[in-house]
Amino acid sequence: MTGLGRARPALVWAAVVAAIAIPGLEAATSPLLAWRDPIYIIGCFAGVAALAFLLVQPLLAGGYLPGLRLRLGRRVHGWVGGALVVAVVVHVAALWMTSPPDVIDALLFRSPTPFSVWGVVAMWAVFATALLAALRRWQRLWRLGHVGLAVVIAVATIVHALLIDGTMEPVSKAVFCALVLAATGKVVLDARVPAAFRLLARRGRRPM
Amino acid sequence: MTPALQARRSLLTAGAATAAVALATRAFGLLAPVQAQGLAATPTTRGGANNYLPGATIVPRIGGGGFWLTGTVRRAGDGAPLPGIRIQMWAHTTEGHERDPHSHGATLTDANGVFRMDMPQIVPAFGQAHAHLAYDPEHDGNGFETVFLRPLLRSARDKSLSADFVLQKA
Repeated sequence: MTGLGRARPALVWAAVVAAIAIPGLEAATSPLLAWRDPIYIIGCFAGVAALAFLLVQPLLAGGYLPGLRLRLGRRVHGWVGGALVVAVVVHVAALWMTSPPDVIDALLFRSPTPFSVWGVVAMWAVFATALLAALRRWQRLWRLGHVGLAVVIAVATIVHALLIDGTMEPVSKAVFCALVLAATGKVVLDARVPAAFRLLARRGRRPM
Repeated sequence: MTPALQARRSLLTAGAATAAVALATRAFGLLAPVQAQGLAATPTTRGGANNYLPGATIVPRIGGGGFWLTGTVRRAGDGAPLPGIRIQMWAHTTEGHERDPHSHGATLTDANGVFRMDMPQIVPAFGQAHAHLAYDPEHDGNGFETVFLRPLLRSARDKSLSADFVLQKA
């Protein structure tokens, strides 16, 4: 093994930690926090954490993280998925406590803010994924349904995050969103999901 | 010129005049409102009434001030400036959340239908730096229809924001 080869796991982990820590620290030092109540700040950082999970999830699912490949990686992926559901619930609940009418408008798709609809779509996709995971019995439906919902979650969350003028610093937020998109795209392509979808479509057309 | 052509021409002129007045009033406040025939009432903005606390007191400024929320109030139809109209405003500022009573205040329009409120700096909240304004006939004796506005700051660093009302009789 070369020196670089031996250092590779440490480099991968350092890159992942830095990718999350830099926008996280930028958000933690946001000037907006000075004018927000603790409950509002909890709501903000639950959203930041949920976005951070969206980078970890495809890396775990694809087995790209050294030391967390195959079975262990999948198990941790499930735990992080549970944490994502909790983060989304805390995000919405804390924002509701901060300003009930704004959150009710968002949930009813009548908010004047364009990012709300993306956030609510991502929220329902997260809940649907959790439900699908709890009920997984039909292997193929589970896999394709999960990947389809994961793409919806990633894309809707990225649009939601980018349109918001909030605690996250814009440049580090945009870079992080690009990483989420790249990781999600890579795992979808590596898992031959598009091919599986085509196969399913062909079978669907075949007379029973 | 045939009467039909003449009519069309005067319609075009009137349209151009209305557009010019709309531009002028946007840029300079109230200019030649008499020309603004058929001015439509301002519709309520979605989410405009969120966190409204009816009946805030009329104050010279909200909190320590430093940010100007200004605008005009005119009558639908002829665009005449409306004096003595009570406008209430609130926002998430450096001094409080929208739901805090001390973030709310009201003022009256002057003889030219202009209102100005000195209030704390508005900061982004719920994803956008924005203000709320209300005309509520429950707290104003002039009997126009309710209008709630939710204008956005172009930049969170802006030191002022303006919002105009066109009211119609209830």
